[in-house]
Amino acid sequence: MSGTGSALAAAPHRRTYWVFILPAVVTVGAVILFPWMFTLWMSLNEWKLGESRHFVGLSNYIRLAGDGRFLESLWHTILYTALSVAAPVFLGLVAALIFNKRLPMRGLLRGIFVMPMMATPVAIALVWTMMFNPQLGVLNYLLSLVGIGPAAWVYHPASVIPSLVMVETWQWTPLVMLIVLGGLATVPAEPYESAEIDGATGWQKFRYITLPMIAPFLLLAAMIRTVDALKSFDIIYAITQGGPGTASETINLYLYSVAFAYYDVGYGSAIAVVFFVLIVALSLVLLHLRQRSKWNEIGDAG
Amino acid sequence: MTALFDRYPTRRRFLAGTAALGGLGLAGVRPAFAEVNWRKFAGTRIEVNLIKSPRGDTLQQYEKEFEALTGIKVSSEQVPEQQQRQKTVIELTSGRPSFDVVHLSYHVQKRQFEKGKWLADLSGYLKDPSLTDPSLVESDFAGAGLTFAKDPGGVIRSMPLSVDYWIIYWNKELFAKKGLAYPETYDQLVAAAEALTDPKTNIYGFVARGQKNANVPVWSSLLLGYDTTTVGPDAKLLTDSPEAIQAAALYQRLMSRSAPPGVAGFNWAECQSAFLQGRVGMWFDGVGFAPPLEDPDKSRVVGKVGYGLMPQGPKVRAAATTGDGIGVTAGSPNKEAAYLYCQWAVSKAMGTRLLQAGAGVPFRNSVLNDLDVRKGVKMPAAWVDAVAASAPISRLALPVIVPVTEFRDVMGVALTNLLSGGDPAGELHRATDEFRPVLARSEAS
Repeated sequence: MSGTGSALAAAPHRRTYWVFILPAVVTVGAVILFPWMFTLWMSLNEWKLGESRHFVGLSNYIRLAGDGRFLESLWHTILYTALSVAAPVFLGLVAALIFNKRLPMRGLLRGIFVMPMMATPVAIALVWTMMFNPQLGVLNYLLSLVGIGPAAWVYHPASVIPSLVMVETWQWTPLVMLIVLGGLATVPAEPYESAEIDGATGWQKFRYITLPMIAPFLLLAAMIRTVDALKSFDIIYAITQGGPGTASETINLYLYSVAFAYYDVGYGSAIAVVFFVLIVALSLVLLHLRQRSKWNEIGDAG
Repeated sequence: MTALFDRYPTRRRFLAGTAALGGLGLAGVRPAFAEVNWRKFAGTRIEVNLIKSPRGDTLQQYEKEFEALTGIKVSSEQVPEQQQRQKTVIELTSGRPSFDVVHLSYHVQKRQFEKGKWLADLSGYLKDPSLTDPSLVESDFAGAGLTFAKDPGGVIRSMPLSVDYWIIYWNKELFAKKGLAYPETYDQLVAAAEALTDPKTNIYGFVARGQKNANVPVWSSLLLGYDTTTVGPDAKLLTDSPEAIQAAALYQRLMSRSAPPGVAGFNWAECQSAFLQGRVGMWFDGVGFAPPLEDPDKSRVVGKVGYGLMPQGPKVRAAATTGDGIGVTAGSPNKEAAYLYCQWAVSKAMGTRLLQAGAGVPFRNSVLNDLDVRKGVKMPAAWVDAVAASAPISRLALPVIVPVTEFRDVMGVALTNLLSGGDPAGELHRATDEFRPVLARSEAS
């Protein structure tokens, strides 16, 4: 290093700097970096709790590729996530458009509408479980009032995922609505005025002005929902535990069974690593999309 | 009522209960604890980990008596079953568990605990007259209990606490309406279930667990009637044998034609709700559900419930058996004190309390066969008869292997699939092929 005066003056600064970031580095290392490194290491071992551990290289990952239950749970995760993003985003958009109008008692209605979001997922799940009960539940009673026969809801493999998505949608549509409402508030009035002069219809105004302007907000909502739906565990576990059979078993539930019911820690770690890669990849795609939509917005404005 | 009595004791009830047991002691029912030096470990503190259950409740309720008898300080906790299994396995794997005494489900954890060498050898203590009451002898325990408690080398590693036989709860009123008698064979069981079912009036003939994992003992119990089981000697899987397929077809028929809609998602709690409402003719499950059925606050079928022995199968009559035990951890520094607690937990006095409250069925014959004890049972006489008649025909409901949970999950999915029209042979072949490598890996390690 040089012996100049300025470098000497900078040296104590540098030392102080390290002292201040050390706690953060240690914390991140202890709660994020170390568990991840350890998970990665365990995924390369065959290790069941109570039995001896030995290194097996990539064989846990090879086993995953041929594990029907894992592949099935992967498909369930994708389906569950797609539906749990699409339904709340669509309904949240509709709700935001409605609540953006000058309705009487708009504040009160908005307040009531966001209430499901504040409830605890497990409590919601237990209430819905009772409502879904085919013999004693209120949903089949409501269906009977309009002359429709009883449905099996979460008790049939074909209807279980849509029924669970219904719960998810009920809870998270308000969040999307709040985000989109924020977006709508930023939309200026001028484009609508000129569109009015050009004789545009309501649909055209929505399609060519509103939608592009709020697209970044919709994407943000979709991103939050995607990550949330992907890691959804409490609602599914409390209502169906992945059943009937494995009809609603997502990767998270399968991972839980493997690690904490079968105590197959090595294999469970391999599932966790794959799941992590999946989430990171999906987040990157969504972030990229959001960047692009922002760019367009600025470009259009320019 | 009885369950409430045990769960919410008042001082007066506690004193009355203690006095009643004292009376039993005078009548010679309670064994004398005189020979054992109970106070040898006075001042020691032990940690006890219990499964949340009526058994756990009973032990916790009376632990002050143990403390008074021995001077040992007990710190106990009850954890819900699934979480308790996870907690104990993780702690025991670490080699330094935070508890000295552990409550285990034999039908799920026996082999796992043996392989992990997590339980202390109790045989030395059993032979020590300063530690063990003379009434505590192996021959007093039911055969299934000893099978559960001994490791493959014949060493006793836990004390059998409570046994669960599978019986049929039947609604006498619904049977009388149709002029039916309690079924004595599998064929009669199917016929009665179908005769009772009438979807128009929302009445169904039969209910049992349909939910994956929970449903496996239902099928394996039916299989016992064919004089075979799920896993043979040398860990050979018999889960797609012709008998297993027949039992699965029987399960499918009972559960699709005579069970309430949505039964594929039912665990015991949903079955119990349906039966408590008086809308189901027969409910097939473990013997421990009499207290809620006879509780007027919860049940619409009080006094109408029959307690039936498992009907005769094509080859034999067999009552499926599960059970739980209590043992001392291998890593405990207070093994003798912990052993005294286990001995107290399976003592005749505690067994009597368990049985009389309907909270469990002790493995000890000296409790079950004691007429004075039986007189004090608060459940209907038919319940005690069903329990007593199940004992001699008892067989283990689940295989004694390490990956029991995985076995139940894999076979359970096949059984649930049957309820949406799956083919019994196809489903069982597929599930057996799926489970075979899991078992092979487990046996090899």
